[in-house]
Amino acid sequence: MTGRCTVLDAGPLLTVQDGGRAGWAHLGVPRSGALDGPAARLADRLVGNAEGAAVLETTLRGCALRCSDSRVIAVTGALAEVRVDERAVDWAMPVYLSAGAILRVGPAQRGVRSYIAVSGGIDVDPVLGSRSTDLLSGLGPPRVSTGDELPLGLPRGAPAAVDIALPPSGARQIVVHLRLGPRDDWFSRAALQALTAEPYEVSQDSDRVGLRLRGAALQRDSDGELPSEGIVLGAVQVPMDGQPLIFLADHPTTGGYPVIAVVEDADLPLLAQAAPGATVRFSQVH
Amino acid sequence: MSVTCRRAGARALLLEVAGDVSVRGWEAWLRAERDGGRLTVIDIVAGAQTILLDGLADPAATATLLAGAEPTEIDDVAVREITVRVTWDGPDLAEVATQWSISRDQVVADLTGCRFEVAFSGFAPGFAYLTGLPAGRTVSRRPSPRTTVPAGSVGLAGPYAAIYPRSSPGGWQLVGSSSADLFDPDRDPPALLGPGTVVRMVTAQQAR
Repeated sequence: MTGRCTVLDAGPLLTVQDGGRAGWAHLGVPRSGALDGPAARLADRLVGNAEGAAVLETTLRGCALRCSDSRVIAVTGALAEVRVDERAVDWAMPVYLSAGAILRVGPAQRGVRSYIAVSGGIDVDPVLGSRSTDLLSGLGPPRVSTGDELPLGLPRGAPAAVDIALPPSGARQIVVHLRLGPRDDWFSRAALQALTAEPYEVSQDSDRVGLRLRGAALQRDSDGELPSEGIVLGAVQVPMDGQPLIFLADHPTTGGYPVIAVVEDADLPLLAQAAPGATVRFSQVH
Repeated sequence: MSVTCRRAGARALLLEVAGDVSVRGWEAWLRAERDGGRLTVIDIVAGAQTILLDGLADPAATATLLAGAEPTEIDDVAVREITVRVTWDGPDLAEVATQWSISRDQVVADLTGCRFEVAFSGFAPGFAYLTGLPAGRTVSRRPSPRTTVPAGSVGLAGPYAAIYPRSSPGGWQLVGSSSADLFDPDRDPPALLGPGTVVRMVTAQQAR
């Protein structure tokens, strides 16, 4: 009899995520995976899961769940209040969750997305080698709804404790590093200067596909249409309105608007935890 | 040099293809290099005129390697040929006929006579952009996209034909429908129309 996790409150958006399904982009399959990869991996390590075990990714206002048997859980990513049967427990630490006890992850106090690892992992069927939900294409498990029961895997490893886990800074302005290209030559010198000189605000329209930014419009030099070409994670694409869009885990594999620059991998977690209204300042690396 | 390498972030190169070897030729050669252990890369993504190499440990070193590369055209003897049965009932068949200044029957005759080939995939899992429309025949997209295009719809846009793997928004001109299963993640390979696949469209016979 395998353990099950019952979702008592899915919050605004709850999905199953792991490291994603990179390697299928040639067939139009997005990579998906946890938007804040380091936070998800930390949660797995804390509960003793093997690398790549699937976790739950919450959005903005947390969630609540209980398990049919005793488990170890950990909550990382966005800083949030964590309670077991109303008793406050540690964020970013392994926590014992007895059978039937209710785990509540509160609203994100800093950041956007919390990650919940359960010992044994979320054991839904993998699709193309990954248990990640892809909200763009619909591959993988459907988004989790209140009342859903999720199978849990067999716990294998021992929980671990980390001395210091850093929560998101909560700063209203974040600095994000990027490399120009591949289509920076489609843009005017003024646009390239504006990219790193002007602040951009994270829009409410942002989601797992991309962070939409509002700010100085980036003017093109070139008038033509760009034939569809492959897109990388972190690509800063500029559609016709000149407002940049930073592609995140559920990004489409090809696109027809020029990519002016690509965000460095190390800064993607900052974007995953950037709430609407936060300010982004770009800084160029060579 | 028949390929120009552009940096796309810290771990990827965008190859602009020129010269004698086609995008398809480069794609097949790069896949063979990866299969042979001479190139380590996570994704090889063809586009209309480019190839993205994503997941490179050292893009600068790979670019140097490619500068000296002389890809051979891969012998595509084993290329897959797929026949798709189409019912020519698309709501935009008349529009395409108008754009081409021929009758609807002639559009159907043209399309069933084409040898289509998968140029690249994108937009959705299993959505393959097919080249092979008759010379000079391109199609302007709809002025505004439909919010829902049924799965299996056969559409035309620009120089391409495509079949929608599942219901989605779309701005292509729809000429017909098919019941082909374009994408099944549990199948091997998951996409019916993979890189380099040849496609022929035939008119579906009515069931008796």
